[in-house]
Amino acid sequence: MFSHHISPTIGASFFTCNINIDDTRIKLQVWDTAGQERFRSMAPMYYRNANAALLVYDITQPCTFSAIKSWVKELQRNVEEPLVLCVVGNKTDLETHRKVGREEASQYAASIAASYFESSALTDTGIEDVFLCCASGMITLSQDKLVRNLRVTTPHSDSPPTRLTSIPTGENEKPPLCC
Amino acid sequence: MNDSTEPHTDDEATAADQFFDTNEWKKHDNHIFILSSAGKPVYSRYGCEDKLVTLFGVMQALVSFVQDSDDSIQAIYAGKSLVVFLIRGPIILVSVSRSKESVQHLSDQLTYVYNQVVSVLTLTQVTRIFEQRRNYDLRRLLTGSERLINHLLDFTENEPEFTMNSVCCLPLSSSVRETISNAIISCCSKIKNLVFGILITGNRLITLVRLKKYHLKPCDLHLIFNMVSGSESFKTAENWTPICLPNFDSSGFLHAHVSYLADDCQACLLLLTVDKDLFFPLSAAKKNIVKVLRRTQCLDAINKALKTPLSVPDDIQTVHHFLYKCKKTSQMLAPAMTTPYHTTESANELLKQYEEMHSAIHQVGAPLNLIFQHTCTEIMLGWVNDNFEIYITFKPLISKSNCIEAVDKILKWIQKEEDKLFMLNMPTF
Repeated sequence: MFSHHISPTIGASFFTCNINIDDTRIKLQVWDTAGQERFRSMAPMYYRNANAALLVYDITQPCTFSAIKSWVKELQRNVEEPLVLCVVGNKTDLETHRKVGREEASQYAASIAASYFESSALTDTGIEDVFLCCASGMITLSQDKLVRNLRVTTPHSDSPPTRLTSIPTGENEKPPLCC
Repeated sequence: MNDSTEPHTDDEATAADQFFDTNEWKKHDNHIFILSSAGKPVYSRYGCEDKLVTLFGVMQALVSFVQDSDDSIQAIYAGKSLVVFLIRGPIILVSVSRSKESVQHLSDQLTYVYNQVVSVLTLTQVTRIFEQRRNYDLRRLLTGSERLINHLLDFTENEPEFTMNSVCCLPLSSSVRETISNAIISCCSKIKNLVFGILITGNRLITLVRLKKYHLKPCDLHLIFNMVSGSESFKTAENWTPICLPNFDSSGFLHAHVSYLADDCQACLLLLTVDKDLFFPLSAAKKNIVKVLRRTQCLDAINKALKTPLSVPDDIQTVHHFLYKCKKTSQMLAPAMTTPYHTTESANELLKQYEEMHSAIHQVGAPLNLIFQHTCTEIMLGWVNDNFEIYITFKPLISKSNCIEAVDKILKWIQKEEDKLFMLNMPTF
């Protein structure tokens, strides 16, 4: 849902959402972090123990696309466990003002083994796919023995739920992505 | 502020030179500018600061010219305009106003703007940046905060709390307020390093729980109000944000867990700590607080109080409006504006008159205790003593003795309702 009155994120906001894929229920714990430079020093707090990252940029602003590249480097440097990565080009409602080509972005995404999506938070298109992809990527991840903090459990067990932390970055005017 | 740093072409440069000559620009009565001591634009209240480079150059020249003779420029009276300067380390703030405020008032407004900048960055960071690079472009770090500065300036112009240097409380029975405070205290009892727990709604304080020995001044609370009311995005999720409160500690950030209580109760809870890893414990504490408040019907009590705006008591027919400040607690009362001050324009006009009286009473060097003024539209009285300040607007055709009678009635009413109108004790964790 998009509200026209939404102001940019200050600091970071946190929300959870539940997604069902086949028989698995996935609880996503999402950090939506502010893109501004002054909040950059806070970032490690959010990607520590994260299992996935959404890297959101604005297709009408090339600088936001370059910004996600530096975020990817930071993640690669600091996060040891494998991450589900999704690159998301937002604001497809402003197609006529597009400055970052789909081809260029998806090639970049492929080069860092990320999935590529485009979305419009304004018209609420494409967002569900991003979260679904994250969720299914995490189910795959959970089968990897190296990933310790991600487990699929049988219903009614007391173990912690499958979790995901995301770090959408790069856009200052980015509205929250909700499920 | 604007991110574009592309060089201007000659044509654009000429257009930029003339930007502050346009009517669109000139129509505003109160311009505010921030620049670095190197003369770099940081903020302009109206219009793109990068089109005003020459104007910023003049401001910087004025400041440094006076500094050369080991002095500091305060204000320039230029016809109908008043230009006020505030220099704080590497930052210069300038106000250009045609709306007849006092130098002190405009200077206080600039201090608020400066505090907002420090609140976003901390004084330590501002100082360090300019020590390392004198010509740093501070806009880089303030991206997104110009909105907060704009919002704060509107607050200083539209709400009496700024002039009165105090906060308004939501009227609540003392037992409800105590239940709320106790809920916050007990749900947070196991959390170390929690400094403040603050519950607010709109620009009004519901309760403030603090660590022993620590206090918050109204100007810091105003920054908190400003951050909350200026950030719609807080309404959609739980938030975790750094905030520096310059009068509490300008050197570092507090970390704030910010969230609205519930969809059916639009009060905002802030839990402020010095520990940046406390998000999840605070998030859990907040859920418990809401549970207790719902069970004890405090959410309903808050909603009910929100629906009943403070008004001048019915039996005081001669009074249109008043402002009252309790000096000991720095809390104030400001009833809702009613006819003939129900329009934004007339309400602002009245606020301006309060401001003028306040300035006259607090004049440096020649303070007054009492002002009584009679105009064709209203009678106004300002009275200050050791315990309180009161400013009253009477209907225009009232005799002096009726005025005095009404003042008495108001004071008696406030005394009687005191424990509901104010937060008389500041509970501690």
